[in-house]
Amino acid sequence: MKRSSQPVFWLLFGAGGMLSALLGAALVFVTGIAGPLGWLGRDLMGYPHMLAVARNPLGKAFALAVVSLFLWHAAHRIYHSLHDLGLRTGPLAWLACYGVALAATLAAGVALLSLGF
Amino acid sequence: MVRRTYTRPMEGWWRRDPFFVRYMAREATSLFVELYALILLAGVVSLARGPAAYEAWLAWLASPFAILLHVLLFFVFAYHTLSWFRIMPKTMPPVVVAGRAVGPRAITGAGVAAAVAASLAFVAVVAALAP
Repeated sequence: MKRSSQPVFWLLFGAGGMLSALLGAALVFVTGIAGPLGWLGRDLMGYPHMLAVARNPLGKAFALAVVSLFLWHAAHRIYHSLHDLGLRTGPLAWLACYGVALAATLAAGVALLSLGF
Repeated sequence: MVRRTYTRPMEGWWRRDPFFVRYMAREATSLFVELYALILLAGVVSLARGPAAYEAWLAWLASPFAILLHVLLFFVFAYHTLSWFRIMPKTMPPVVVAGRAVGPRAITGAGVAAAVAASLAFVAVVAALAP
């Protein structure tokens, strides 16, 4: 029997949905509002501190999980919404959704690994 | 011969019922999740390219446009949290406690409470580790 690849994508969708539901708003608050405005200290978002976070194994794993899983979650929802909007789906639409998630996962992984430990 | 069978127009189908409007609103949050993840990806990549690239990304984040965008993103993510845990009772297997299935309201409430607790803990940890 040919196994479907759907459970893998659904699992990534669910993991990203859960992570963003639990921490998404707090992450946006920290990186997009409080951080740039200096509410949590001027140096929170500064290069030295963020470099230290990205070199920490936990920080590295967390950053990769957020970028990657958020995009797999969004890709799955956007792809399945195309049908709801009456748009035809095909390999190109699939690539535009899931391909971005895959490329971003690789890009984030390479960038984070290149920063060292 | 061209057959002219009636096909029900599906244009704007989701605007016909508040239930479908909520469904589409929930699905539309994914566009904002995508945007935010790409902003973070740009940050990670700029960090790897060096201090100059990172400072440019940080300067953009501090611009009024970026701040306003993130205020909007904050509310969309909050809506995502609510809608995610509202559909949770339908997407997870039934939870049985003391021989009784846990009701949908309790599941949604527990999820939102977990999100609030996790968010507060996250901000507290970030503030404690800040230089």
